[in-house]
Amino acid sequence: MRVSLFVTCYNDTLFPATGQAVVRLLERLGHAVEFDPEQTCCGQMHYNTGYQTEAMPLLRRFVEIYQDAEAVCVPSSSCVAMIRDHYPKMAAEQSDPGLIRAVDELLPRVYELTELLVNRFGVEDVGAYFPHRVTYHASCHSLRSLHLGDVPLRLLRKVRGIDLVDLPNIDRCCGFGGTFAIKMGDVSAAMLAEKMKDVENTGAEVITAVDTSCLMHIFGGLHRQRAGVRMAHIAEILAPTESNVVGETRA
Amino acid sequence: MTIRVNETENAPSFQKAALPLLEDAQLRKNVRHATDVITHKRGIVVGETPDWQELRSAGSAIKAHTLRYLDEYLVQFEKACTAAGGHVHWASDADEANRIIVGLVKQYSPQHANDRRAGDPEYGGNEVIKIKTMTSEEIGLNEALEREGIRAHETDLAEVIVQLGGDKSSHIVAPAVHKNRSQVRQIFREKMNLPDLTDDPEELTAAARRYLREKFLRVKVGICGANFLVADNGSVCIVESEGNGRMCLTLPNVLISIAGIEKTIPRFEDLEVFLQLLPRSATGERMNPYNSVWTGVRAGDGPQHFHVVLLDNGRTGILADKEGRQTLQCIRCGACLNTCPVYRQTGGHAYGSSYSGPIGAIVTPQLLQMRQAQSLPYASSLCGACYEVCPVKINIPEVLIHLRGRVVREQKSALDPEAVAMKTAAMVFTSRRRFEAAQRLGRIGQWPLVSHGWFRNLPGMLGNWTRVRDLRELPQQTFRQWWKERAKQKPQNAGPAVPLRSARRIAQDVGHD
Repeated sequence: MRVSLFVTCYNDTLFPATGQAVVRLLERLGHAVEFDPEQTCCGQMHYNTGYQTEAMPLLRRFVEIYQDAEAVCVPSSSCVAMIRDHYPKMAAEQSDPGLIRAVDELLPRVYELTELLVNRFGVEDVGAYFPHRVTYHASCHSLRSLHLGDVPLRLLRKVRGIDLVDLPNIDRCCGFGGTFAIKMGDVSAAMLAEKMKDVENTGAEVITAVDTSCLMHIFGGLHRQRAGVRMAHIAEILAPTESNVVGETRA
Repeated sequence: MTIRVNETENAPSFQKAALPLLEDAQLRKNVRHATDVITHKRGIVVGETPDWQELRSAGSAIKAHTLRYLDEYLVQFEKACTAAGGHVHWASDADEANRIIVGLVKQYSPQHANDRRAGDPEYGGNEVIKIKTMTSEEIGLNEALEREGIRAHETDLAEVIVQLGGDKSSHIVAPAVHKNRSQVRQIFREKMNLPDLTDDPEELTAAARRYLREKFLRVKVGICGANFLVADNGSVCIVESEGNGRMCLTLPNVLISIAGIEKTIPRFEDLEVFLQLLPRSATGERMNPYNSVWTGVRAGDGPQHFHVVLLDNGRTGILADKEGRQTLQCIRCGACLNTCPVYRQTGGHAYGSSYSGPIGAIVTPQLLQMRQAQSLPYASSLCGACYEVCPVKINIPEVLIHLRGRVVREQKSALDPEAVAMKTAAMVFTSRRRFEAAQRLGRIGQWPLVSHGWFRNLPGMLGNWTRVRDLRELPQQTFRQWWKERAKQKPQNAGPAVPLRSARRIAQDVGHD
């Protein structure tokens, strides 16, 4: 399948390894990956912080870039949640029938990475090899907006060499929440402290999720404490194989 | 319009109010423990209800329908209640409601009515007993009564603890959730003059019982709230766990119920849905131990004078906002508080209002017409746990985002640093050229802030991040640079040619460049 990658603004800028792993993984599974460099951001930060007017041109931009895509792959559940939950309403508010239709037609072709693999491609064993002790954090949007359930875990369980340990309170928010972590820094820190305790109790060396943003938050706290835990987006666990272990993150 | 949501008028922002609470280890332990226990119990009784999602949908639909025809249902309620011997009063705001209630208490009080009732032990004095009314907190009723020399005694056990402790409610269902029993013991020892009281739960409840029984038997005017106002037969319904409510509702000669207009439901049989949703959501019980439903007055049985005060106090304003109006579906179960990871850390006092937690974060600023409490819509990580548990499907995150939009549009100056940053970011994101330039600029300009590959101490607002978290420096190569280079080196690996849309076309579309 021809897969158009929407890598997301923060992965592009801060976590290129996530996007690289997605490309390696999808190509290894026999798909053709496209990347349109006109892409920037879905508008989530603006929309969720109250700058809804500013998010509007970003919606138009997204629709314009991907309207002909066969499938759009987004390695971030919160960006997919933005697109799926809010784009239709935003378009409706513009009273622009063309835009409403374009959003409507595009949405069924927008997939979060693990959704694309399991629900669209029907694959759980991607032939990955990752010989590390890993714990998985279910990000809020993956659970309560995309309703991914155990889809990411089904992929992880099939990874060779992995020592997958359950994270207690797996569904509890880590306290990131986009600008929440800045605006409500102290409360966010308290939430993070609880999450870090849960992560450390697993004895895992790697914390993973389908969102690099949550990982940036959890790992940011763990690194400050020199906890000896590193982060890896789920793509970075699913990409390496026994014959090719490249793509380990720098973090 | 006077809207007085407890202390909100002068309340500090959520983030400021949270600071001392985050330092209070005892409070945090109490809140974590209590919310964990209730959440666990809720999970069990919801799990055993096979049609839970259908019940939620029904509850939501009934409430949405009622709000759509609220004018008609309120008049219907008034007629039915009046026909059953009740009196219905309409209060447009807090002051009017307080005036009505103070007037009623005086009317039934011998000191004030020097008429045939003077000295009649059947009627009240300068005291009232109260149960299950958050609305009275919203309008500052106790203070209004106090100003007229009328003493209000709370009779819900948790409210007693809060009142005697000179404290504020921190939870809409369990107001003293932030106190543990040894703290309760301290309060009772001092205020009930019981120096030998232990922290044994039975001893504590026995002490409360003695304290309350005396009031139940002496005070002749009761003030209560309402869980539901039933339009078709004029009934009022209150659910509770202790039986103190039942005492308060049945022993006085005069009963005054204060209720927000959104408490209305169309039919008696609609209680079937709500009396399944509410106890499971609120306390993790299949049924409340005490379900009181009464209709007007009945000679020789219970209060002989019954008044209902229907309160607007900003609610019709919320009703007029099509995005915000689902807020009024709330049945005050508190499930959103118990599941909220933010409430879990701070408890309810940080919300500066009698309405706390996620629901408080949307109710309070809307009641205050967005003129105050503007930090509350931001007191959420938008994790969605509240929406998931809400028995009437209020999409709280959606309303929070809507209210954030209102704060930005109606309250924020264009020169506000956050607004400037957001507008700049939007400019950057609407152009590939500017986005790539910003990436380059960040990479080149970051060095003074980077230490051994990490940001540890960022300036300005971003400093809130680095106070407890590190952040990796910007990498030497962005994803798009990697992609470009890879395509150059190994064109066969880069997949088919990218169907590039011209930058110009997009720029035209979004009106930039």
